[in-house]
Amino acid sequence: MTDNPPTANDARRSSARPPGLAATVGALLGKDLLVELRTLESVPGMSLFAVSTFVVFHFALNQNTVSGDEAAGILWVTLLFAAMLGVNRLFVADAEQGGFDGFLLAPVDRSAMLVAKALALLAYLIVLELVAVPAFGLLLLGSPLGQALPGLLAVLALADVGIAVIGTLIAALAVRTRARDLLGPLLALPLLVPVVIGGARASSPLLSIVHPGGLQLRWLGTLGLYDLVFGLIAYAVFDFLLED
Amino acid sequence: MIELDGLVRRYGEREVLSDVSLSLAGGQTLVVFGCNGAGKTTLLRVLATLLRPHAGEVEVLGCRLPDDAWQVRGRIGLLGHEPLLYRELTPRENLRFHARLHGVGTERVEELLAAVGLVDRAGEPLKTLSRGMVQRVAICRAVLHDPELLLLDEPWVSLDPAARELAWPLIGAGTGPDGRRTRVISSHDPGGGLAEADLVLGLRGGRVALLREAGSVDPSEITELYR
Repeated sequence: MTDNPPTANDARRSSARPPGLAATVGALLGKDLLVELRTLESVPGMSLFAVSTFVVFHFALNQNTVSGDEAAGILWVTLLFAAMLGVNRLFVADAEQGGFDGFLLAPVDRSAMLVAKALALLAYLIVLELVAVPAFGLLLLGSPLGQALPGLLAVLALADVGIAVIGTLIAALAVRTRARDLLGPLLALPLLVPVVIGGARASSPLLSIVHPGGLQLRWLGTLGLYDLVFGLIAYAVFDFLLED
Repeated sequence: MIELDGLVRRYGEREVLSDVSLSLAGGQTLVVFGCNGAGKTTLLRVLATLLRPHAGEVEVLGCRLPDDAWQVRGRIGLLGHEPLLYRELTPRENLRFHARLHGVGTERVEELLAAVGLVDRAGEPLKTLSRGMVQRVAICRAVLHDPELLLLDEPWVSLDPAARELAWPLIGAGTGPDGRRTRVISSHDPGGGLAEADLVLGLRGGRVALLREAGSVDPSEITELYR
């Protein structure tokens, strides 16, 4: 058997190495954020929904200020429904424009898509909250968040991770069905109820005007544990969701 | 290179591929003919590892599918009906994205854009390009990583003669690693398809109706598949 001299193709193929998880996540996340930046399909809609809901609550409750459990409930339910708008659209461009197939043909770890999509959704949630939380303070608390803000940021961070992981898992499941707009919320909302409960209970004392309290560490721990459990579940089953 | 033995693939209750068996050596071109719904695209998607076979044996590039599918991804290029590109991104952005997924350098992207004559339009969103231009970008995507096996679903559709001339060095016969890339092409063009084929497969209702060396096939036999 004789060895042929290396060709330009051989050189190119030998220099091509399958990218690692971080590089794949970077490629997918960059693409998702670029597509969102061009289309503005998710984040503006989510933000507008949240602000509109706070305006409606402001007039419907006929109160200048809300406090404690009531305030926390309004904040978290609004954020949850606003997040569902982003969840529903998370995989739409991939499903409709063949991005799934393009990704599945690449020699990469499929978990990268879970991580990248969850990070993209997390980024959308952060932008949403940058708009929605000040609007909430202005329209419903009647006072700046002030001292409550650091604690609230911790609760938001943990709850956002939970929403991002569960939302990504459910969005991947629902996107290939014909009734994805219905199926997504139907499946996601029951799974996200514990996140809302944890978020509301943890932030309720922070939003109380009469008896302001500190962070409820017990509920923060619950949120963290829930994030961890669903993170592991999502990692274990995500490959199967992408399979034929 | 490709070995199929009794391949069966269903969509729900409907059997789209039934008992398909063939053998294709490395460097050869298999052209698949058959009317709409005959199972051509499904066959290509099974070979691309995007669909699982429901029965039978499938071996691609020495790997059994679906068990060893992860070993052949990255060695296969697929040009399907859909370009697998994002409409909001430019050709350059799309190709750079796929290049990163395949661990290919960006210089390859520029090389391919130049090869298909799209350097001037490479910065415009894909949605503003004509269908033929999008097909040229899709061709670049399919050969970006210099695959050993190229699966082409009616590749020349929507390309004008000048574009075909540009695309031929990328997906035509005698291209790829050592000029010996194996190709599976689905086609509705008896003359053009036969000219490219080493082996001809005719499908009718998902079953093999014709399987012979291209040299021994008369174009009228292919026309017969569409009656």
